[in-house]
Amino acid sequence: MLGFLLRRLGSLVFVVWGVGLATFFISQVVPTDPAAAALGNNARPAQIAAYREKRGLDKPAWQQYLLYMQALAKGDLGKSLRTQRPILNDLKDFFPATFELTLGAMLFALLFGIPAGILAAVKQDRPLDLGVRTLALIGGATPVYWLAILALLLFHSKLGWLPGPGRLDAFLLAPPRVTGILTLDALLAGDWEVLVDALRHLLLPAAVLGAFSTALVARMVRSAMLEVLSQDFVRTAKAKGLPESTVVLKHALRNAALPVLTVLGSLLGGLLTGAVLTETIFSWPGLGSYATASATALDFPAVMGVTLIAGLAYSVINLLVDVMYAVFDPRIAYS
Amino acid sequence: MTAPRIKNKALRRFLRNPGTVVGSVLTILLVLVALLAPVIAGDPLLQNLPERLRPPSGQHLLGTDQLGRDVWARVVHGSRISLRIGLTVTGIALVLGGLVGLLAGILGGLVDEIAMRITDIFFAFPALILAMAIAGALGPSLVNLMIAVAAVSWPYYARLIRAQVLSLKALDFVDASRALGAGRWRQAMRHVLPNALTPLLVQASFDVGGAILTAAGLGFIGFGAQPPTPEWGAVVSETRSFIIEAPWASSAPAIAILLTVLAFNLLGDGLRDVLDPRGRRRG
Repeated sequence: MLGFLLRRLGSLVFVVWGVGLATFFISQVVPTDPAAAALGNNARPAQIAAYREKRGLDKPAWQQYLLYMQALAKGDLGKSLRTQRPILNDLKDFFPATFELTLGAMLFALLFGIPAGILAAVKQDRPLDLGVRTLALIGGATPVYWLAILALLLFHSKLGWLPGPGRLDAFLLAPPRVTGILTLDALLAGDWEVLVDALRHLLLPAAVLGAFSTALVARMVRSAMLEVLSQDFVRTAKAKGLPESTVVLKHALRNAALPVLTVLGSLLGGLLTGAVLTETIFSWPGLGSYATASATALDFPAVMGVTLIAGLAYSVINLLVDVMYAVFDPRIAYS
Repeated sequence: MTAPRIKNKALRRFLRNPGTVVGSVLTILLVLVALLAPVIAGDPLLQNLPERLRPPSGQHLLGTDQLGRDVWARVVHGSRISLRIGLTVTGIALVLGGLVGLLAGILGGLVDEIAMRITDIFFAFPALILAMAIAGALGPSLVNLMIAVAAVSWPYYARLIRAQVLSLKALDFVDASRALGAGRWRQAMRHVLPNALTPLLVQASFDVGGAILTAAGLGFIGFGAQPPTPEWGAVVSETRSFIIEAPWASSAPAIAILLTVLAFNLLGDGLRDVLDPRGRRRG
């Protein structure tokens, strides 16, 4: 087990290094001159030259790379051209909102996807199964931003059941920032009004973002359950007179959970991608909104910062999933 | 009266699945629409401000947008762009990834190790964010959009074909050809590649849909084709503020994306059932 962990950690370090190299590589092929972009259109040639020298932009690429990695090691991602703040500070401000949204979407997907998948498997080829499969197919093909627009139109504009874009009503005071996760901060501050409002604001974007993953989870659970339900031990359990619900929920589901666990990692990757689009529509102040705004303003260092953080987060999550998988499935060899 | 018996087993399996039939029909329709765009629809760029935001009618099948342009014409011409994106991106990814995977699988050793670690790095990025960074770096345009989406798609193929090569290398008939004196490359071209093509094609058909969806997402946030090009994602974006007065203007391109992606996913499902019975899932 220890060897397995060490090997996985080793590969994580490698991937993190590679992620840094990749972002550096992309920043090298940018056709715009970063110095000119940073200083604006009115900069004099002397100013640009001075900036280039200060930031090491006049050095050969490999030296620039060393400088870049040195700065990265110190957590210095450079300064955003748009907000004029250190990018790391920006990321710290925007990350919790994305985390909260992604987690909400994940919960939504598991909460609805797992029961839907179980029901579909138990009632294989019956109308319910066909319904779940059709919905899953459509869910997997729907552009998330359109779903977001429709959801806002229906639940906010037409029915008025849920609040519109944003994380909190304008007249409510945000709780003191501890984690940056609004619901958690409200809970910590014991502010129920804010908690309820934050949850109401979270519901729609989380459901929209989670829709695609719900479809994926339902499909995965369904096929894993079908696989398990046809096995001998399930037949034995049924034969010895156990009620169907016990067989399905205790015997089958436990064994079907494992394949589902493996897709959790790629699920989160999909959620991060979807978050970029969902946040844009819901004016959700997360990494996605930040990345889109930065990219539109040609604030390239900031985009690279987001890319780097997203790559890091994604790698760490995949490591955790791998480890969880190894812990839960004794058949996996660690060596 | 009985329907004529279909002799071909694979074709019968293909046609038995209603999803596959729907997928094929949708795909054929889509290709026809794209090919016949200039015949069946007018000018997608022609503005007519007095006629702005008109609901669907005999004159404008899907209504008009905020500049009085015919939504039907924009959606129909958009199909050419989306299909081109889907096919080009998947083609590049298939060839590039296939080549890397083939090399890694056949040469093994250090080449394999390096190639696989590179794919690890690409897998470490959420696709849209990396594509956004690349499209942002190169500047927003249709070609750069395709480069960006291809850049995030190829590693899947590299992995897939490598795994195929490795499992095929262990099979007896490949062994036999080696014993008969076939060189590594001859083996690869004659025996391994043809057998590895099937899962590759199945994956490719899923990916055409995936690439179209990703590209439309990038187009939606402004990294793809620039106005007034009727790229579907961009069209949804530019009409979204009129969703209350003119829901047809943004819904029509969105539904077009949905149907296209659905078509290729269904087609992929069907192809997998027919071509690759080993990889069949009950999903």
